[in-house]
Amino acid sequence: MITKTLLLTIALAPLAGAILAGLFGRQIGRAGAHWATILGVALSTALSAYVLKLIAFDGHEAVNMSVYTWFRIGSIQAEVGFLVDALTATMMVVVTSVSLMVHVYTIGYMEEDPGYQRFFGYISLFTFSMLMLVMSNNFMQLFFGWEAVGLVSYLLIGFWFKRPTAIFANLKAFLVNRVGDFGFLLGIGLVLAYLGSLDYATVFAKAPTLVGQTFNPYGTVEWAVPTLICLLLFVGAMGKSAQVPLHVWLPDSMEGPTPISALIHAATMVTAGIFMVARMSPLFELSETALSVILVIGSITALFMGFIGIVQNDIKRVVAYSTLSQLGYMTVALGASAYSAAIFHLMTHAFFKALLFLGAGSVIIAMHHEQDLRKMGGLRKYMPITFATAWVGTLALMGFPGTSGFYSKDAILYAVGSADRAGASFAHASLLIGVAVTAFYSFRMLYLAFHGKERFGHDDRHGHGGHHDHGEHQPHETPWVVTLPLALLAIPSLAIGFFTAGPMLFGNFFDGAIFVADGRAPLAAMAHHFEHGSLSFALHGFLTPPVWLALLGAGLATYIYLFNPSIADRARKAFAPIHHLLERKYGFDEFNQAVFARGSVWLGRAFWRVGDQAVIDGVIVDGSAGTVSRIAFAVRRLQSGFLFHYAFMMILGLIVIVGAFALLQ
Amino acid sequence: MIPLSWWLTLAALLFCISVAGIFINRKNIIILLMAIELMLLSVNMNFVAFSRYLDDMAGQVFVFFILTVAAAEAAIGLAILVLVFRNRRTINVAELDTMRG
Repeated sequence: MITKTLLLTIALAPLAGAILAGLFGRQIGRAGAHWATILGVALSTALSAYVLKLIAFDGHEAVNMSVYTWFRIGSIQAEVGFLVDALTATMMVVVTSVSLMVHVYTIGYMEEDPGYQRFFGYISLFTFSMLMLVMSNNFMQLFFGWEAVGLVSYLLIGFWFKRPTAIFANLKAFLVNRVGDFGFLLGIGLVLAYLGSLDYATVFAKAPTLVGQTFNPYGTVEWAVPTLICLLLFVGAMGKSAQVPLHVWLPDSMEGPTPISALIHAATMVTAGIFMVARMSPLFELSETALSVILVIGSITALFMGFIGIVQNDIKRVVAYSTLSQLGYMTVALGASAYSAAIFHLMTHAFFKALLFLGAGSVIIAMHHEQDLRKMGGLRKYMPITFATAWVGTLALMGFPGTSGFYSKDAILYAVGSADRAGASFAHASLLIGVAVTAFYSFRMLYLAFHGKERFGHDDRHGHGGHHDHGEHQPHETPWVVTLPLALLAIPSLAIGFFTAGPMLFGNFFDGAIFVADGRAPLAAMAHHFEHGSLSFALHGFLTPPVWLALLGAGLATYIYLFNPSIADRARKAFAPIHHLLERKYGFDEFNQAVFARGSVWLGRAFWRVGDQAVIDGVIVDGSAGTVSRIAFAVRRLQSGFLFHYAFMMILGLIVIVGAFALLQ
Repeated sequence: MIPLSWWLTLAALLFCISVAGIFINRKNIIILLMAIELMLLSVNMNFVAFSRYLDDMAGQVFVFFILTVAAAEAAIGLAILVLVFRNRRTINVAELDTMRG
C-alpha cells in the first residue's frame, strides 16, 4: 500500500540527513555526517524499491495525492503533492540507488577534504530536491525541484570555492541554466494561462483542447499554442539536460568533485529535462513541429558533442562529453515519440555513466588528483577492480550486445529509423555515426588510462615544484568504499537491460504514465525483432549495422591507441584544422564570451552611464540639488548683510504694498 | 488755522529725511536708530493731524502707544548697540556685514 507517510518518508529522509550533516556537521563529526546521510538515503532507496515493486509487480494503482496546499492566489492553487506511477517509481529508484552508491563512494573520495560534512549535506539535499522533482504532481513543485537541483548543482560545482576556475564554472552553469529556466517558466505560464491549472492530471485531461488554438504575439503573426508551449518547456529541458546550444555549462561543471559529476552531471540531474518531457508527453504529442525540433537538436548534440570527446585529454571531460552525447540520444528518442525508450536509456545510462565517472574518480584518487590522460597508462596492473569495472562501463556505453546500453541504444535507433517526421533521417544518420564515435572515444579513454606504457612517474614535463614528489608514489587500488560502489554499479550496467527491456519497452509498464498518440508505434520495428526475448535480440544484434559501427569504432581505437600510438599524432597533424575546431569546442565558448558576456557587460555599462550616471545621478539627484544651488547663488547676492539695505527693502516693500492697496481700492 | 496739507507735507518731509538717513548713512548705528525714531515721529504727526482734522481721539491714543513702543524699541536698540560694540569694537554699519550671503 502506498501511503502518504511512505512517500513523505522517501522524500524527507535525505532532507533530514542533509540538515544534520549540513547544519550540525561540526557537532556530529565526519563519521556522523556520512552515517546520517547514508542512512537517510538508504532508507529512501529501500522504500523506493518497495514502491517500485508494488507498482511493477503487484499491480498497484498509480497514486496521485495532494499533501499540502502551498499557496492560493485567486483561482490558482499551488500544492505539494505526489504522483507516483511507473515512470516516477523508476526515476525514484534510479535517483536514490545511484545517490546511495555515490554517498558511499564519497567517503573514499573526499577523505582528506576539509569540507567533508558540507559535501554530504549538499548531496543529500540534492537527493531530496531530485525526489521532489520526480515525485511532483504539479508544475509548481516540479519547478521548485527543478530550481533546487540547479542550486545544489551550483553549490557543488563551486565546492572548491577557492579555485577561480570552479567559481567561473558554477557561475556559467547558473547563468546558462537561467536561460533555460526562463523558457521553462514561460511554458508553465502559458499552460496556466490556457488550461487554468497547474495540476498534471487536470492539465493533461484538458490538453487536447489546445489543438487549433493560436497565440497572437503581434500584428497578424499567429503561433500554434501547443507548439509554443512545448518549445518553451523544451527550452527548459535544453538548459537542464545540456542540449546544444545550452550545453556549454556541462563540460565546465567537471570542476566539481567527481562524485557529484557522477551523480548530478551524469546520472540524475541532467536527465531531469528528459524526464520532464516524458512526463509531459500528453502535451508534446500534440505538436509535430516541437517534436521535430527536439529530434534535430538531440541529434546535433549526440553527434557533435561525441566528436569533441575524441580530442579531450582530461579523463573527466571525456566522460562529460560522452554524457552530452548520450543526453542527445535520449532527446532524439523523445523527439521520435519513443518516450519509454528515452526513459529506458536514461535508466541504463544512469548506471553505466555513474560507473564510468566513479571509475574515473577512482583513477584520479590513485593518480593523486592528476586528471590528464596523457600522464596515465598501464594502470590495469595497479587497480584491477577499477579496471574491470571500467571495461564493463565502456562496453555498456558503446552498446555491446547483451549489455544494458545495447538494449536502450538499439531501441532509440529503431525508433528514429522508423519515425517519419521532419528531421528523422538526419537524426538516424547522426546517431549511427554517433555510435562509432562513442565506441571510439570510450575505448580511447580506456586504453590511454589502463593499457599501454606507464606515462606517469618520473615525468617532470610540467614540473611545478610542490607536486614533484607525486610521481614517486606508485598508483594503488582504491579503498573498498570506492570499489564497492563500482562493483555494485557494474551489475546493473551489465544486466539491467537484459531483464527490463521487454516490459519497459514493449510491455504495458508505462501505460498511464506516458502517452503516445494513437497510430504512433515508435518501437514497432524493434518489437518485431524482440519477440523471441532479450537473448535472441542480443544475438541478432551482431547482424545489425549499429553493432558493426560500434565494433568498427572500438577496433579503430584499439589499433590506434593500443598498437600504433604514432598514428594519433600523425592524424592530429594531418587534420589540424578539424582538431583545432574540436579543441575549441566549435567556438561556442568564444561566441558566448564575445556576444553574450561582452554584450551584457556593454549593455550594463550603457545603462550605468546613461540611466544611472546621466539620468538618475545627473538629472534627478545632482540635478535638483544643482538647481537649488544655482538659484541660491543668484539670490544670495541680495543678502548684502548691510542693515541699511534691509531697512530700505522693508520700506520699499511697504511702499509697494501700500501703493498696490491704494491702486486697487 | 494751519491747513491739514501743511502738516502732511511736513510729516512726509520728515519721513523722507529719515529714509534718506537710513540708507545714506554708512557710518553709525546710532544715526540709524535716530532715523527710525524720526520715521516714527513723522507717522505720529500724521496721526495727530488727522485726529484733529477728523475730530477723533483714537489717533492720539495710537500716538501714545507708538511712543511707548518706540521708547522700548530705542532701549532695546541701544542695548544691542552696546553689545555689538563690546563684541566687535565698532559700530560702523559698513563693517557689520556678517549676515552677507
